[in-house]
Amino acid sequence: MIHISKRVDFEIFRGKAAWLNRYVGWAVRLIAVLLSLIVSGILIYSITKMNPVRVYATMVKGAFGSTRKIWAWLRDLVLLLLIAVGLAPAFKMRFWNIGAEGQVLAGGIATAACMIYLGSANIPTPLFLILMAAASMLAGAVWGVIPAIFKAKWNTNETLFTLMMNYIAIQLTSFFIPRWEHPKGSNTVGIINAGTQAGWFPKIAGSQYLLNVIIVAVITVAMYFYLCRSKHGYEIAVVGQSENTARYAAMNVKKVIVRTMTLSGAICGLGGFLAVAGADHTISTTTAGGRGFIAIIVAWLAKFNTLTMILISALLVFLQKGAVAIASEFSLSNDVSDIITGIILFFILGSEFFINYKIGFSKSSGKEA
Amino acid sequence: MENEVKAPAGAVCAESGEERIPAVRMEGISKRFGHKTANENVSLEIYHGEILSLLGENGSGKTTLMNMLSGIYFPDAGSVYVDGKLVHIRSPKDAFDLHIGMIHQHFKLVDLLTAAENVILGMKGKRLLDLKSVRRRITEICERYGFEVDPDKKVYDMSVSEKQTLEIIKVLYRGADILILDEPTAVLTPQETRRLFGVMRNMKQDGKSIVIITHKLHEVMEISDRVAVLRKGEYIGSLLTKDTDPQQLTDMMVGHRVSLNIERPEPENLRKCLEVEHLTVIDSEGVTKLNDVSFTANGGEILGIAGVAGSGQKELLEVIAGLQNAQNGSSVIYTDMEGRTSSLLGLTPMEIKKLGVALAFVPEDRLGMGLVGDLDITDNMLIRTYMEGHGMFVDFKKPRHLAEEIVRELQVVTPGIDTPIRKLSGGNVQKVLVGREISGHPSLLMSAYAVRGLDINTSFMIYRLMNEQKKRGAAVIFVGEDLDVLLELCDRIMVLCAGQVSGIVDGRTATKEQVGLMMTSLGAGAAGAEEKEGAK
Repeated sequence: MIHISKRVDFEIFRGKAAWLNRYVGWAVRLIAVLLSLIVSGILIYSITKMNPVRVYATMVKGAFGSTRKIWAWLRDLVLLLLIAVGLAPAFKMRFWNIGAEGQVLAGGIATAACMIYLGSANIPTPLFLILMAAASMLAGAVWGVIPAIFKAKWNTNETLFTLMMNYIAIQLTSFFIPRWEHPKGSNTVGIINAGTQAGWFPKIAGSQYLLNVIIVAVITVAMYFYLCRSKHGYEIAVVGQSENTARYAAMNVKKVIVRTMTLSGAICGLGGFLAVAGADHTISTTTAGGRGFIAIIVAWLAKFNTLTMILISALLVFLQKGAVAIASEFSLSNDVSDIITGIILFFILGSEFFINYKIGFSKSSGKEA
Repeated sequence: MENEVKAPAGAVCAESGEERIPAVRMEGISKRFGHKTANENVSLEIYHGEILSLLGENGSGKTTLMNMLSGIYFPDAGSVYVDGKLVHIRSPKDAFDLHIGMIHQHFKLVDLLTAAENVILGMKGKRLLDLKSVRRRITEICERYGFEVDPDKKVYDMSVSEKQTLEIIKVLYRGADILILDEPTAVLTPQETRRLFGVMRNMKQDGKSIVIITHKLHEVMEISDRVAVLRKGEYIGSLLTKDTDPQQLTDMMVGHRVSLNIERPEPENLRKCLEVEHLTVIDSEGVTKLNDVSFTANGGEILGIAGVAGSGQKELLEVIAGLQNAQNGSSVIYTDMEGRTSSLLGLTPMEIKKLGVALAFVPEDRLGMGLVGDLDITDNMLIRTYMEGHGMFVDFKKPRHLAEEIVRELQVVTPGIDTPIRKLSGGNVQKVLVGREISGHPSLLMSAYAVRGLDINTSFMIYRLMNEQKKRGAAVIFVGEDLDVLLELCDRIMVLCAGQVSGIVDGRTATKEQVGLMMTSLGAGAAGAEEKEGAK
């Protein structure tokens, strides 16, 4: 007889778990990653007859093979992390914000608009950056707060609402692309301010992406304390668990929902700022690139602990980059990298079952006869 | 005590003079959930044509044991014999095939379907649904055992007692010979309980075996032939009901001698605390939940509120706590210790708090309103006080001390104050909730079903805490369901009937029958009581 019992011992506000569970959790996740690598190895071998070990070496080289590659990894890591951190308060409040994609794009549009229209105004770089950050956060906040207001006032379904807001953001981007087209006829925005580099993140200590890392590191740590130590964080945890309890505790539930989604949207909007001003220097409908959805996985796997999210986004971005490297090195189609990423995600998500539940085998069946 | 508990089940056999094969024999049953042992090596027999009370405090494993018989759980160890044959019950369907049916405490009915549709739900049938013959069979069952149920009535139109009747019919329809009822009287009025007991006796006459899970002793004495006692998951023993008495059963249940008398100190220094007048509440669906309710709650006394479940108790407390709105014309006036009055109506909980009203509220839904299951004890202390202190961060020091104090003073059984409260047993959850609420030195303490599901020791601790608040001068409003308790604990009892005040009686002189009658029919037997009120 197999019996399954729940293992979790998880405190929602401060996010403490019994230390034993925490180690078991990481051990299970490690095993899951190894298993996923074995399964993808078998897959790669059966398609290409190549030595899987060589394939994995390619993966590591693809992600960490050079300083430039490490920086690219860091750049993508912090962007994904930032979006996940933005989602954390919403999810902790059990507000299913699947509109990060749209919030990032909204922030991206605002940033691009600043770069295009104010790029020649000779605003000092720090001031310009702050201006763009504020604009992107405002745009993201608007995208996040609209579903929140509807939820608070009329109890609409936030999942559908935030999802639909994504399409509005995508269409809005498509609307701006021909207006910002460069060069004419390319139907892309092209590199904005390629000559002047106005509005681009400056190099710090010779590294183009160090500013991205610093911004995200600060926000990640701040969000950790906001969620796990602050009065607002407490309200978020209680509203997420039970609105009745929140009202009983004299909380203004509507205000908490709107405030939290403003914050969540603003941080995701800041993700658009990082993507446009700090990385791509352009905007397209794929600027968010599905990160708004992958960030959901990151936030959930980390149980809304923003510090744990660092590890998880690091792993996911590594896997993604490695998978792309495999596909190009062995001239496989891009779909293969998607398949590998899919297999790995399947195993990691599946491992959550084994982290949350304990499976036991009873020995009693023999005695019955 | 150890020798008296060894009353052999054979005592029943001796009566009939021959060795009877029990309908069900459970042998050496054990069940664990994680590290928690729900049942340990329990052996139990159920005979044909008897009513067996399964007695034990909450958390003693009664329901778990019976769930293993009805296929909800599978035992970790031990074996079950039905009519002498070894069986493996792996699902409720297996149980039904063995003619075992269980009526759970929480009804498992579909609101939108009719009685007849609910009865056949999940049963295999012919390709075409023959509701006519289903209805006929339901009527047959009703006539046979004395039920009253309209097969075409929708479940959402039914009262709690009708729903329960339907659950029993559902089980009988499936051909059950062994019926298990999990705390069936918890939701019934005394009159409804009497009717249920009548039906149970009819079923017994028909040769059915009935197990009634309960912790109410007078019911055990009234209805059952035999009593089996569980304590902390272990089987303590079984006795013939006629050979025992409530005191002995309590001792077996608790494991040591307990006094069964609730203390009721004379009220002193009465002062007006809360004056409710013409309170009318209509919910968002337009249903009148409270209709012109007027009463006064005095500091220094316990005001009991009796009524069938859903008579407006919840709305009454929530309006006072600022969680619900009332109609125009209602008034709720609070008088503080210095005699200043303020109206609480239309204020949010936050505004009530800012007014300086020390209001404590122990709601019915402990984990859905009073506490958060996924927070630990410390963080649950914060629910009332998290906004205190300057700055944006929460001060954890005070709540931690309070949590430690409550765990120590009220003997909360928990691995630590860092344990999510959902992991605690019902009684310990309630201790934490009540402990937190009285820690604010309330001038008005409202509690709804404060001892529901609690064991005897914890219940008595709650009564003691209520009395302490009364002696402190707080006005205590105690919404209860057990009339025996209300009549022993409260100074005055207001009886609600369908959202209206049926009357207010003196807790020292009123009788259970009187209150029971007032619960079901407006104003019955209250005339004399109101005069008494006026005389005060």
